[in-house]
Amino acid sequence: MTREDKLPVLAHPPTDAPRQSLQKHSTNPDQLATAIAALRQAVQAEVPPSPAAVAPQHSASDTDSYSPIGTPGVWTASRPNKDQKQVGRVGAAAGAVTRTGRITNTQNKRITSVYLPRFAIERWERWMRRTHSEPPPEAPVALAIDGGHGPVVYATNLAAEAAGVQAGSRVVDMRAICPDLQIEYADVSGDAAALGRIVLWARRWCPWTAIDGRDGLVLDTSGSDHLWGAEAAMLRDIEGRLSQIGFSSRLATAPTHGAAWALARIGGVRETCSADMLPARMGALPVRALRIDGDTALLLRRLGIKAVGDLAAVPRISLARRFSRAGLDQNPLMRLDQMMGDVGEPINAAEDPPRFAVQSNLPEPVQDPIPYLPELCHALCADLAAQNFGARRLCLSIYRTDGEVRHVTLNIAKASHDAQHLCRLFDGKLDHIDPGFGFDLITLTAPTSESLTRIQTRLDQTSSDGAALAQLIDRLGARLGAHKVRQLAPHASHIPERAVKHIAASTSATSIHTDFRGKRPVKLLFPPEEIHVLYQVPEGPPAQFSWRKQTHKIIRYNGPERIAPEWWADMPGTRLRDYYKVEVRTAQRYWLYRDGVLGDTRGATPRWFVHGVFA
Amino acid sequence: MQCAPPPPKSNTNLLRNRAQAAPEGATLAEVFSPCASDGAAISFALAHIQVGDKPLLWVQDRVSRLESGAPYLPGLPAGLHVITVEVSKASDLLWTMEEGLRCPDLCGVLGEVWGDPPTLDFTASKRLALRAEAHNVPAWLIRRGAHANLSAARLRWRVSSLPAQADPFDRHAPGSPLWQADLFRARFRTPGEWVVSHDGEKLHFDHGVNRDIPAVAQAIM
Repeated sequence: MTREDKLPVLAHPPTDAPRQSLQKHSTNPDQLATAIAALRQAVQAEVPPSPAAVAPQHSASDTDSYSPIGTPGVWTASRPNKDQKQVGRVGAAAGAVTRTGRITNTQNKRITSVYLPRFAIERWERWMRRTHSEPPPEAPVALAIDGGHGPVVYATNLAAEAAGVQAGSRVVDMRAICPDLQIEYADVSGDAAALGRIVLWARRWCPWTAIDGRDGLVLDTSGSDHLWGAEAAMLRDIEGRLSQIGFSSRLATAPTHGAAWALARIGGVRETCSADMLPARMGALPVRALRIDGDTALLLRRLGIKAVGDLAAVPRISLARRFSRAGLDQNPLMRLDQMMGDVGEPINAAEDPPRFAVQSNLPEPVQDPIPYLPELCHALCADLAAQNFGARRLCLSIYRTDGEVRHVTLNIAKASHDAQHLCRLFDGKLDHIDPGFGFDLITLTAPTSESLTRIQTRLDQTSSDGAALAQLIDRLGARLGAHKVRQLAPHASHIPERAVKHIAASTSATSIHTDFRGKRPVKLLFPPEEIHVLYQVPEGPPAQFSWRKQTHKIIRYNGPERIAPEWWADMPGTRLRDYYKVEVRTAQRYWLYRDGVLGDTRGATPRWFVHGVFA
Repeated sequence: MQCAPPPPKSNTNLLRNRAQAAPEGATLAEVFSPCASDGAAISFALAHIQVGDKPLLWVQDRVSRLESGAPYLPGLPAGLHVITVEVSKASDLLWTMEEGLRCPDLCGVLGEVWGDPPTLDFTASKRLALRAEAHNVPAWLIRRGAHANLSAARLRWRVSSLPAQADPFDRHAPGSPLWQADLFRARFRTPGEWVVSHDGEKLHFDHGVNRDIPAVAQAIM
């Protein structure tokens, strides 16, 4: 990797002074680091100097350096990123932040940063491709989020960017620039969830991966690059696989997280940077490479500090005093230390989610998987119960002797590790599985599983906290289809057919509806059935109607109740409705409505419908 | 530590209970509706169901849904949590009702079946009745366009609408409903005919001789 890491040719090569100062900084950071530690009142990091401590090699030459608290030489145990929670797995060299161990630390660590510059819009395009409603590539599209003064552009595609649409500006302004701009709402939480899945998917290259911002990943590839050939081959592999799933990416590998972050966003194509080239390469980058927010970058630019090297040339004590109370995002000195490896920044990789799968190897091909099912279910449920998990989805796969694979997938309403229940759900599901000439391997997996929390609702345990109901819904859904088993939920709409939603029966805790008995029918006909009505005046109540080949004479009526269309949801030209509750001579009570009134300029003579049946 | 649920009743217990005068708890009842589009039968069955925190399983076959409509939540008692199941065959409807009756977390199972399907015979209705009694979940079978042929339902009703009571605020409007309920077969009680009214909480069974006929007649005029 050293052959590729020549110093790049810069458009504006940095002056000698910053580079010298950078060298000076790298040789003499100890007293200054102690100073910032003192200024930040991080007093517990102070360690009394010991004679055995090894001072850096060049510290003797910097005799003019100044330390306010007079403890030059050794600096141990800085507290790096206080915001980062130290849970989960931390990187291999986590905590190796002692001053004396710094050189070996940065030499040993290799951090790869992956930047997905168009993550949101590419995810949206991926979804559009899947639903076959993809816009042509020359159509400008922008994703918007709600801002303080109306929607704000969040992400743009290439055509919109070429038309001058900028992320962060208001949608109305961008519409003025580009009138045929198509605006869609961004799915920010969906993006974050997708990024979390990509982080787990990226564990194929190294075991330590984490989310880095809203559109990036960070991988601790120390020691794993040789498995993919070399670092350059690994970066090409990462970029290729990301483009296969539809995401463009920019990557870089460097000894520290900060340097890799900066090179991925500002540096060259798949750039790698070795530890000895780090100060020179970083010194040339602009200050926004320091992972600081825009206000701080602006402040530094106003102070005349344009490159990282310029910042390193400033005496540390001044910077430390200026940014003593700033947080990590506003503190260029802390960010500089992180970039140079003076402060450790371990990668906080989350735990792998547990996976549950069992398999059964058969000595000879068989045709029927049903006799093996109870044993598989029991083994899987034992695994689930050992980790206190429950399956939400089951997948039974048979591997046929001719190389084909067949799957049967089941969804489960409530996470369960009840083997008997799960086994019963396969009743009738395996009749249509095609075994071919037989199969010799069966696997049962739980692709989706949830952690189970057991709650005792009653002392005598008579209430089974809805487990029996969830099992019933599973069984009904497995035999009849999940879309046939619904539950009714109220919905805020005054159009009668929209006041009820049919939602999945497995969702729990619906709100309680208001009781309109007597004013609303007990059953609703869908769609409403047209009737022929006799009336005395067109706007008045009906006198007689014929429905389903029978003539009903209306004895009593209640109404009209006028229900206007919802202009925010209905098509233009939708007519209002006048509802009547009528009682006919044979004593049945119906809910009739007239669709529109005569002369509302929205159609011909209004038609009549039966919409419901009263008690 | 988990207490075992109470065991289902054995056949001996069921036979012993049958010999007693009145049944304990829930059972299977059939309600016949002479008119397909009449809401009386379903409202009569709903009025018997205790609304609690347990849901109601409401099973409809396809023809019943088309002919008599789908359950409409604003017209149902407040707090009633309804799970609807739509099936296409009567055998699926009976299977769904049996599965539901096995679940103690339901406040009732309501099935609407159209006509006289061959699968709904004496055996099927007896299975439903025994299972409802064993697990103490009330089962109501609403039958439209059907004949009252052989069945093991413990109570068999025929319910139709009567002209409603007068609305106290509008003499041209129908008020709270009245139903004609005919209990033509009952296992543990005497059959009879009643005029039933429902005040929102309780059912009132009257003999119909003291009904305020003139009020209705006046409204008809």
